[in-house]
Amino acid sequence: MIPGSFSYHRPASVADAVKLLSDLGEDARPLAGGHSLVPMMKLRLATPAHLVDLHGIAALKGIRRDGSNLVIGAMTTQHELLASGDVATTMPILHEAALLIADPQVRYRGTIGGNVANGDPGNDMPALMMTLGASYRLEGPGGTRDVAAADFYQGAYFTALEPGEILTSVSVPVPAAGHGYAYEKLKRKVGDYATAAAAVVLTMSGGKVATCSIGLTNVHETPLLAVDAAKAAIGTSLDAATLKKAAAAAEAIMAPAADARGPVEYRKHVGGIMVARALQRAAAVAK
Amino acid sequence: MNDMTPTREQRSAALEGMGCKRKRVEDIRFTQGKGNYVDDVKLPGMLHGDFVRSPHPHARVKKIDDSEALKVPGVLAVITAETLKTVNLAWMPTLAGDVQMVLADGKVLFQNQEVAFVVATDRYAADDGINKVIVEYEPLPPLVDPFKSMDPDAPVLREDLAGKTSGAHGPRKHHNHIFEWTVGDKELTDAAFNKADVKIKEMIAYHRTHPSPLETCQCVCSFDKIKGELTIYGTFQAPHVIRTVVALIAKLPEQKIHVIAPDIGGGFGNKVGAYPGYICAAVASIVTGKPVKWVEDRIENLTATSFARDYHMTTEIAATKDGKVTGLRVHVLADHGAFDACADPSKWPAGFFNIVTGSYDFPTAHLAVDGVYTNKAPGGVAYRCSFRVTEAAYCIERAMDILAQKLNMDPAELRLKNFIKPEQFPYHSALGWEYDSGDYHTAMRKMMETTGYAALRKEQAEKREAFKRGETREIMGLGISFFTEIVGAGPSKNCDILGIAMFDSCEIRMHPTGAGIARMGTKSQGQGHETTWAQIIATEIGIPADNIMVEEGNTDTAPYGLGTYGSRSTPVAGAAIAMAARKIKAKAQMIAAYKLEVHEDDLEFDIDGFRVKGLPEKFMSMKDICWAAYNSVPPGMEPGLEAVSYYDPPNMTYPFGAYLCVMDIDVDTGVYKVRRFYALDDCGTRINPMIIEGQVHGGLTEAFAIAMGQEIRYDETGNVVTGSFMDFFMPTAVETPHWETDFTVTPSPHHPIGAKGVGESPNVGGVPAFSNAVNDAFSFLGSTHIQMPHDFWRNWKAAKDLGAVV
Repeated sequence: MIPGSFSYHRPASVADAVKLLSDLGEDARPLAGGHSLVPMMKLRLATPAHLVDLHGIAALKGIRRDGSNLVIGAMTTQHELLASGDVATTMPILHEAALLIADPQVRYRGTIGGNVANGDPGNDMPALMMTLGASYRLEGPGGTRDVAAADFYQGAYFTALEPGEILTSVSVPVPAAGHGYAYEKLKRKVGDYATAAAAVVLTMSGGKVATCSIGLTNVHETPLLAVDAAKAAIGTSLDAATLKKAAAAAEAIMAPAADARGPVEYRKHVGGIMVARALQRAAAVAK
Repeated sequence: MNDMTPTREQRSAALEGMGCKRKRVEDIRFTQGKGNYVDDVKLPGMLHGDFVRSPHPHARVKKIDDSEALKVPGVLAVITAETLKTVNLAWMPTLAGDVQMVLADGKVLFQNQEVAFVVATDRYAADDGINKVIVEYEPLPPLVDPFKSMDPDAPVLREDLAGKTSGAHGPRKHHNHIFEWTVGDKELTDAAFNKADVKIKEMIAYHRTHPSPLETCQCVCSFDKIKGELTIYGTFQAPHVIRTVVALIAKLPEQKIHVIAPDIGGGFGNKVGAYPGYICAAVASIVTGKPVKWVEDRIENLTATSFARDYHMTTEIAATKDGKVTGLRVHVLADHGAFDACADPSKWPAGFFNIVTGSYDFPTAHLAVDGVYTNKAPGGVAYRCSFRVTEAAYCIERAMDILAQKLNMDPAELRLKNFIKPEQFPYHSALGWEYDSGDYHTAMRKMMETTGYAALRKEQAEKREAFKRGETREIMGLGISFFTEIVGAGPSKNCDILGIAMFDSCEIRMHPTGAGIARMGTKSQGQGHETTWAQIIATEIGIPADNIMVEEGNTDTAPYGLGTYGSRSTPVAGAAIAMAARKIKAKAQMIAAYKLEVHEDDLEFDIDGFRVKGLPEKFMSMKDICWAAYNSVPPGMEPGLEAVSYYDPPNMTYPFGAYLCVMDIDVDTGVYKVRRFYALDDCGTRINPMIIEGQVHGGLTEAFAIAMGQEIRYDETGNVVTGSFMDFFMPTAVETPHWETDFTVTPSPHHPIGAKGVGESPNVGGVPAFSNAVNDAFSFLGSTHIQMPHDFWRNWKAAKDLGAVV
C-alpha cells in the first residue's frame, strides 16, 4: 500500500488549475479531499504522474445564496456543509446526509466537489443532488458550462467531465418552504458505503403528496432518479399499497452488484424498503 | 496518638496492591503518542523490505525475472527461494510440526503467498521494485472447500509431502490430510447414543476470521558482521521462543541473538508464530550488512499472516427425555490452509479443543479432529483465546441450545440441570481435563436474577405472538452462554513448545531505597502488565506498586519465559511473580528479625513491613529492610535483595462466566440491535478490577465482531475477498453495544494468589451468546441452527428461507 512517485502541483487559481490539467493531459489528476484517489494510488490502481491539488484555490471554497439557489464551492468540506446555517435551514436533507458520511475525520477532509465529481456510485451526494435538481459548474479549457446533476453521471467513474475540466461549484435550488425530506441509508457500519439508500424530497397538500422526487444511492453503476416511484407517490396519502408500488417501481430500475453487503436480491429488496421508509418519514416532517 | 499516623487502611491503600483499580501506568505514554513501537525503530543505514506476492491461490512458479526490478533506483536486492536455499532457509519449521515455505519454492499455495523479497533504501523504492519483478505462473486448480479436500481426485497441494504417510501427529489418510486427533472413549460414547431417549446432531461451523491487531506484524533485523550478532526488534508475543527458533533454524549461537519486543499494539494470537517476513529481513540484513525493516500492511496482515478458527464441527448430544446429557460426540474438520502453522503447544494439534464438554457433566464423550490442507493462508492461531477453546465453547454452547429446543426446555434450565456441581471439583472431564474450581449454579442464577431473565422470556413470548398476528416485523432473541475456559498453558507434564516446557518466570531486584525492578518472560500487548504485575508484588512484599518498575520483552535482560497468549500470563507468570516476591519476603523477614533482635518466628507480616508479635511498636518497614539489605544483613547472609522464580504450574486454570445477550432483529432488513449484553466473569482472584473490565469490554467487542460479520472469506476460485477493513468487519464505537459487567470470585486452589486469567474469556464466551441470541430469535419460525456470521443480509436470508419475508 505504497503509492508510486508523482509530481505535486498546487495552483492558486481555477485558470491555473485548468491550464495545468490540460497541459499535463491524462497523466494528471485533480486532488480534492483525496478519499477516493489516494487509496487507489496506494493500491497502485491509480498511478497519476501529476497531482493538481485544488486546496490552494480560495475561489473554490464557501457557500453563498444566489437568488433562489445555494451555490456551494467545490472545495467546501462536508464539515463546512454541516456547519452551514443556510444549508441546515433551507435544505436540511443535505445536512442529514452529510452526517451519514463516514466520520468526523473524513468529513473534515472530504469535499462536496470531490464527492459528486468522482462518479463513484457509492457516494451519497450525487443522488441527493439529482433529487434536489442541482446543477454542476464545469470549467475547462473550452470555457464554462453548467450540467444538470441528472445528466452528469454516465457510468461507474464515468461522468460528463471533459479532459482538463474541473467541477468548480454545485448550485442547488432551495426547496419549497415546508417541504418534507429524508435520506434513508442502510450501511453495515460507520464509514461504509450504502448497502442501499434513498433520498426523498416532497411537498404535501391536503394530506396528499403534491410533488415528489426520489434519488437512489449505490444500487446501480450510477446514482438514479426513481421517476416512476415518485410518480406512484404523487397524489396519494402514502397508504401501504402506494408504498409497496413505489418501492417496486424503484426496485425495477435498480441493478446493484453482489458484494459483501449482500446478494443482488437483498440489495434491491432493502433498496425498496429504504424508498418506502424515506417516503413515510419525509411526509411526516412536511408542513 | 499522632493524627498523622496512617491507619492500616491508608497504609494498605498506599500500596495500590491487588484488588485496587490502579490506573494503567503505561497509558501515560500511550495516550501522549510516546509509545515505542517497532515502526518507531529507525537505525542508521536501515533498509526496507517488501514482498512480491502471488495473485494465484494455486500455481506453479515457472520463472522469476528480477532484472528490471534491480534497475529501479534504490533497489539493492531481490531475494527468492533460490537465494534462501543457499543458507538452507527456503522452508521453515512451524510450531505445529509442519514446514512452511518462506518464499515460493516451485509452487504457490495461497493467494498473497510470499514469492520474492525486494530490499531497497526506502519503502517507496521497495514497492517500485515489487512492481517490476516479473513472475511467470502456471495456474493449477484451487482447492477451497475443506469438505472436498480429501476427495480421491482432489488436487495435490503439498508436493513436498509426497509419499509421507505420517506427519508430526500420526498417520495421514490422504495427500491433503494433516492429522487425525482422537480423544475419549468411543465405545462408551456409542453405547450412550444407542440407548439415548433424545439425540441432536448439527454441523456447527466457526468461520475463518483474523485477529487483526491495530499494529500489524513487523520487525527490524540488524546483523553485526564483526560481532556475529543478530538483533531483532519485533512484534513478538513470545520473544524468547523467537530467539530459540532463530538459533535452531539459522544455526546462530543463542547468546548472539538479541530479541527485543518493544511496545506492541495488540497481538490477539497474531504475533506468536514466526513469519516469512522475519526470516527474509534477517537474511537480507546478513546479506547486506545493514539493518532491514519489514512492516506488513493491512491487506498483507489480513490475507497472509495467521487466520483464526475455520472449524467445521459436527456435533451430537445424547440425553434423557428429561434433559440430562448422557454423551457427546464431536467430529471436527479443521481447515488449516496451505501449511499447518497453528501456534499450539507442540503435542496438541487441535489445541485444547477437548474442553468441548464445557461446563456440563458428560459421563462420556468422544472427539475426533481431522486437519486438512486447502489453498488458503496458513495459521489457525488462538485469536484471543486459549488454543481452540473458543471453537469448543461455541460448539457446546450452540449444541446445548439446540438440545434445549428439541426438548422444548428453557436453555437456562437445561444448563442448570447439567452443570458440574460445586462439590464435584476438582472435576475430571470425560475428555481428560481436571477442572480446578467452579461454582456454576451461583454464577448462572446471579445472571438470571440481575437481568430479569424470566421477564425477558415472557416479553419474548408476547412479541412472538404479536409477530404472528402481523403487528410487528421485529423478532427478539435471548442468547445464553455459559462457558468454561482452560487457560494457563501450561504444566510441563503436558505442555511444551518445540520441547521447551511452558513455564514462566519472574526476576525481582529490590534497590536500597525501597524501589525495585521486576522482569518477566511474558510480554504485554495491551494487557497492562506494567500495572498489574507491580500490584501483585506490592501486596506480596508491601512496597507501593508505584515503586516497582516492570520490564518485559528484552531477551538479554528478562528471564526465559514462554510469552503472552492463551491467557497464560496471570496463571503462569502471575504465579512466578508471587513466588519470587515470597522469596524476597522470606529474606526480608530474616533481615528484620536480625535488626529487631528477635527470632524470625516472632515476626508477622503487616501490610508494608514486619512486626514483632505482641509488640506492635516494634516494626520494621519493607523500605527500611531494603536499605538494611545493602548494609547490615545478618552475619553469613549475602547482601542484596533479589529473587528469581521459574513457575511450572501444577494444573491449568478454568475461568468461567455467564453471559446473556438480548437482541432484536428487523426481519425485513436483517438489521439487528443488541438491546442488552450482560457479562458475568469468574476469573478467580481479581488483581485490578478496572483492567478486568477493560479486558472484558475489548474481548466482547471482538466477539461481537466475529459473531455478527467478521470473516476471512474466499470465493470459489480461491480469491480472498475480505482483504481490507471495508469488508472485514471491524466495529467502531458506534456499532459496539453497551456492556454490563459483573463477577463472582471462585479462586483457583492451586494458584499462589488464586487468579485464573480473564483476557480471553469475553471472546470465548461472547461469540456463543451473540449467535445463540440470533438463533433463539429465529427458532420459533422453525429453524434449528443458522451459521455465523450473522450479518444483516444473512439474517434477512434466514428470515426469507423461513418464510417470514416474501
